[in-house]
Amino acid sequence: MELTTVWFILIAVLWAGYFLLEGFDFGVGMLLPVLGRDERERRLLINTIGPVWDGNEVWLLVAGGATFAAFPEWYATLFSGFYLPLLLILVALIVRGLAFEYRGKIDSPRWRRRWDLCIIVGSLVPALLWGVAFGNIVRGVPISADHEYVGGFFNLLNPYALLGGLTTLTLFALHGAVFLALKTDGDVRDRAGRLAVRLSLPAVALAGGFLLWTQLTHDDAWGWALSGAAAAALAGAVVAARFRREGWAFLATGATLVLAVAALFVTLFPDVLPTSLPGGDSLTVTNAASTPYTLKVMTGVAVLFTPIVLAYQSWTYWVFRKRLRVEHIPVSHP
Amino acid sequence: MDALDLARWQFAITTVYHFIFVPITIGLSALVAGLQTAWVRTGRPEYLRATKFWGKLFLINFAMGVVTGIVQEFQFGMNWSAYSRFVGDIFGAPLAIEGLLAFFLESTFLGLWIFGWDRLPKRVHLATIWLASIGTMLSAYFILAANSWMQHPVGYTVNAERGRAELTDIFAVLTNSTALVTFPHTITACFLTAGALMLAVSAWHLRRDNQPEVFRPALRLGAWVVLIAGVGVLVTGDLQARVMTEQQPMKMAAAEALYETDKPASFSVFTIGSLDGREELASVRIPSLLSFMATGSPNGEVEGINDLQRQYEQQYGPGDYVPYVPVTYWSFRLMIGFGALAMAVAALALWRTRKGRRPAGRWLWTAAVATVAMPLLANSFGWIFTEVGRQPWTVFGLFKTSESVSPSVPTSTVATSLIVFTLLYGGLAVVELMLMLRYARAGAPEIVTPPDDDESERPLAFAY
Ligand code: HDD
Ligand code: HEM
Ligand code: HEM
Repeated sequence: MELTTVWFILIAVLWAGYFLLEGFDFGVGMLLPVLGRDERERRLLINTIGPVWDGNEVWLLVAGGATFAAFPEWYATLFSGFYLPLLLILVALIVRGLAFEYRGKIDSPRWRRRWDLCIIVGSLVPALLWGVAFGNIVRGVPISADHEYVGGFFNLLNPYALLGGLTTLTLFALHGAVFLALKTDGDVRDRAGRLAVRLSLPAVALAGGFLLWTQLTHDDAWGWALSGAAAAALAGAVVAARFRREGWAFLATGATLVLAVAALFVTLFPDVLPTSLPGGDSLTVTNAASTPYTLKVMTGVAVLFTPIVLAYQSWTYWVFRKRLRVEHIPVSHP
Repeated sequence: MDALDLARWQFAITTVYHFIFVPITIGLSALVAGLQTAWVRTGRPEYLRATKFWGKLFLINFAMGVVTGIVQEFQFGMNWSAYSRFVGDIFGAPLAIEGLLAFFLESTFLGLWIFGWDRLPKRVHLATIWLASIGTMLSAYFILAANSWMQHPVGYTVNAERGRAELTDIFAVLTNSTALVTFPHTITACFLTAGALMLAVSAWHLRRDNQPEVFRPALRLGAWVVLIAGVGVLVTGDLQARVMTEQQPMKMAAAEALYETDKPASFSVFTIGSLDGREELASVRIPSLLSFMATGSPNGEVEGINDLQRQYEQQYGPGDYVPYVPVTYWSFRLMIGFGALAMAVAALALWRTRKGRRPAGRWLWTAAVATVAMPLLANSFGWIFTEVGRQPWTVFGLFKTSESVSPSVPTSTVATSLIVFTLLYGGLAVVELMLMLRYARAGAPEIVTPPDDDESERPLAFAY
């Protein structure tokens, strides 16, 4: 296989990992006001993701870094082109990350309410905007012949991309609810399980619509297959959630996200950022790539270290595998 | 102001801001790990209390380091797309490696450390903070290797057809002589910074006779760290100066506002006159010191700005190759000056607290508390010097700052993000400072021994 293809796949894997992992912690953040009825419950929810959210976020940083290293043209065009949405995402991630660390640091309801708002908005905004961004990437944006984005901000807010945004938003919320049902015990577990059932209907409608729209426009054989698999996984999640098989439900929502990302990436291939401009030039795995030497170096590093990272991240999930109950949350703040 | 100026301001503001938290993270993580090791080995409760106290300050600071770092990772593409296209083949690699090797390590193991109290076996828990600390240093290495490549490009060729620099030798990039001197300099500066924080907070408590069993040893530990790391900073800074003179002679000349080539050259401690040092009314000079710093010999020749400008014009074509001298001249002095000041206070504090003594007067305590700001200022001035001194280049000798900016991003967009980040960072600075002060003043917690039941059923010891 060409190294450019390998790196295209690796970047897809990084995004899939990011959606799979940060997906549920965005979900938990969004559901904070819905499932956390009092202070102790809200803390319970936050503590389910406490040990892992930062590690999950690093998947994004590595996806960004890997794109810079393997496809510098893609990184440059995409990040300068999607400037304002990225700015919003950055602000959201900043206030959200600080909120986890700071909300318990002063024992005042007002203080906590403000940081809770940061967690909620800081989870909603990226969950929506990543979908919008991917919708636009797959759909194609105005890229000039010298690989500059010439579309402006409002060009990014088209119906297809917005549907993509609503899809990620709902899928993450569902994934988060399923995660909470798996990781908590008692009343919260029950309510999270019921909420997952209620969320599954809009999730099926939006994700189904988005994937169908994608394949009807692009009609890619592998795309159809993976979209079908994603739909099947989502159906499985609905059933599992209905019957309160929490482990299975989480596996299924996770599989849905991974398969949906895979479907988008195979549809995209071999482009990485198609142009919608008549005289423009699409970015492809070939014309956006680094030199073979750089790709070889990076492949060596990835082969060597990815298994280690996966091993210790999995170990973290193992260490914190126990369900949390409200009784685990100390009454007083640290 | 055009998009270029705004993008430069944004980079300077966000990076200097990021680097307020970075050195505290790097230095303090190792000190906390050391204190926890002392506790695991001796079982003395003071060490555990110290670990928890400094650990909390460390976490408040770490959160800011993380969130401001995300901006760094993205803004090369947002504001500097032309630069990213030109260097991505080389510059992207250390950045990606930094993420894979370092960021995963620090974030994962720090999560384990925060939530692992009472959940992990003692020694495994101790290992997590050490691994996080190693992660911070790895991160520093790779990002500094990337930055060093901009100061002194190695292991590349320029592909004229694609208009970019291409990597030919990754080991040359990772063992760049510039990186090899920048890394120890920065790391020792980080320890100096964390030591000063420890010294300052401890002094605040000792002055009030608060928890001397925790803060007296901490004061002395912090002061020793400042002194030892300070010597390291001096030694490595001197090495760095020599490498720099070889690789970027203009930066050295600008650091000294040395317009005419001189041999032997004296070092001016400070000058009163025009800001850019062209006209001086009075100055304090140390004979031959500049020659020694730049070349290692008291009689070495140091090239002046005017000669270098002529030389660069021949080499790179017409243009202005002189960085903004008032900034390079003064930032260089302020970096050294603030570091030296911190070392002086630390030495004094050690002397006045020797053999259980406790100074009665106020001024030493006041000075010790003020020490916290000095290395932070020195760090910022160090970077401002390094980066401004490299101008007009982003990649020295290859690519100019004026060519680096994103061509398709409108000025209004850059202005928006500059305003957003400046306001947001300003607000967050207030919040972070308030929390730091609050938790610093609260003092070390008392230790409650958890009951001897099933550990996984206990309340979380360190919950959010
Ligand atoms: C506590 C902070 C601190 C202190 C006391 C010093 N420095 Fe420093 N210096 C830094 C913190 C720093 C820094 C922030 O860490 C920099 C910026 C880039 C770097 O690698 O280190 C730096 C850069 C820097 C450079 C520029 C390197 C380049 O452009 O490639 C030189 C030549 C020196 N330093 C030399 C010194 C000398 C001779 C010092 C003392 C006598 C000194 N520094 C004290
Ligand atoms: C964390 C420590 C750093 C600090 C404090 C710092 C500081 C600065 C400052 C003050 C400027 C503005 C200079 C000017 O406008 O004249 C600047 C510019 C720049 N720096 Fe650094 N820098 C740091 C690290 C880095 C690193 C690690 C890189 C690359 C990996 C880098 C790349 C750049 C670039 C691309 C610019 C372009 C803007 C310009 O030159 O004006 N910097 N930096
Ligand atoms: C301008 C170039 C830089 C970039 C692109 C960058 C990138 C980042 C990112 C993305 C994070 C957050 C990681 C996380 O979420 O866990 C971070 C944090 C950090 N960075 Fe920077 N950084 C830069 C400059 C530096 C420099 C020069 C150093 C050290 C000398 C440094 C050392 C650290 C450390 C120790 C942290 C602590 C917090 C953490 O890792 O999470 N960074 N940086």
